[in-house]
Amino acid sequence: MKTAEDIFKILKDKFGDAVLEFKNDKPVDPFIIVDPLEVDKICLFLHDDSDLLCDSLMNLSGVDDANGEKIKSATSGEHEISIINGGTLSVWYHIESTKLKHKVTLKTSTPREKPEVVTVTDVWKCAAWHEREAFDLYGIVFLNHPDLRRILMPYDWEFGFPLRKDYKNPEFYQGMKVPY
Amino acid sequence: MGILDKEFSQSNIVITKTEDLFNWARLSSLWQVGFGLACCAIEMMATSASHYDFDRFGVIPRPSPRQSDVIIISGTVTLKMALRVKRLYEQMPDPKYVISMGSCANCGGPYWEHGYHVLKGVDRVIPVDVYVPGCPPRPEALLEGLLKLQEKIRNESLVRKSA
Repeated sequence: MKTAEDIFKILKDKFGDAVLEFKNDKPVDPFIIVDPLEVDKICLFLHDDSDLLCDSLMNLSGVDDANGEKIKSATSGEHEISIINGGTLSVWYHIESTKLKHKVTLKTSTPREKPEVVTVTDVWKCAAWHEREAFDLYGIVFLNHPDLRRILMPYDWEFGFPLRKDYKNPEFYQGMKVPY
Repeated sequence: MGILDKEFSQSNIVITKTEDLFNWARLSSLWQVGFGLACCAIEMMATSASHYDFDRFGVIPRPSPRQSDVIIISGTVTLKMALRVKRLYEQMPDPKYVISMGSCANCGGPYWEHGYHVLKGVDRVIPVDVYVPGCPPRPEALLEGLLKLQEKIRNESLVRKSA
């Protein structure tokens, strides 16, 4: 069993600049920030190394950090529509070793304008649908993903990614009125 | 039904109007589409089970829309599902009836404001005969909804549809 700090040191020695930072701000669980284009190699190492043996990806989720510049473009009715320029979208990985009983959290951030993260489906098959969901709701593109389609929204949904902070719902979809 | 006096009953003759006979037959064996959407479907299944016994009103789930008379929209209708619900409804033969069960199917329910994926009421895609309020409605409420539908069918006319 290893602590998050131990795992960070092992990763830092192995991958150098691809492992960016270790955060341990209580009361949040400690997490490791990594490079979005190296995350597949880091995860493969976490999975295979005999001291780590992280065999289970418990969860993979997307986050809109909303840390860009907010531009108020218009007001329609009661709602202000703002567009966010710049900033990042993030992907979080909650990883566990069921053999060695340790857990680790990875975070990777990618620019909002061109969000690209390398897939980890080659390491854990279960990541495929989690990544499809993050793509569906945040528009994060997972490079080398075997089947990157929408998973929850309709396949022909062309109004953007619903969980982004500057998302605006359409008036109509397939002839059906969407707002209340 | 209008049954005449004893002299007829002795000879096993019943006199009624065609309309009444048809309506009685229709309301007494409403086969529902075997179809559920969300937590309301659990209550709908409870209504079908032995304790509440939907079958005593002639309601049994039929696993094909082509042989069904009523569809109970039991749960949240997402935009993706709405197209499928409409297709199921169109596949049902006339006369066909719709019970909208629960707040989600009635008006979007808790998703009315921020549910980017939810249709705010199934009546935006198919015509609803009876709305059953509740979140989810208890089996008694669904039974009452069915009785309301039966009442509606009892007063239908062959020459003009009431709904």
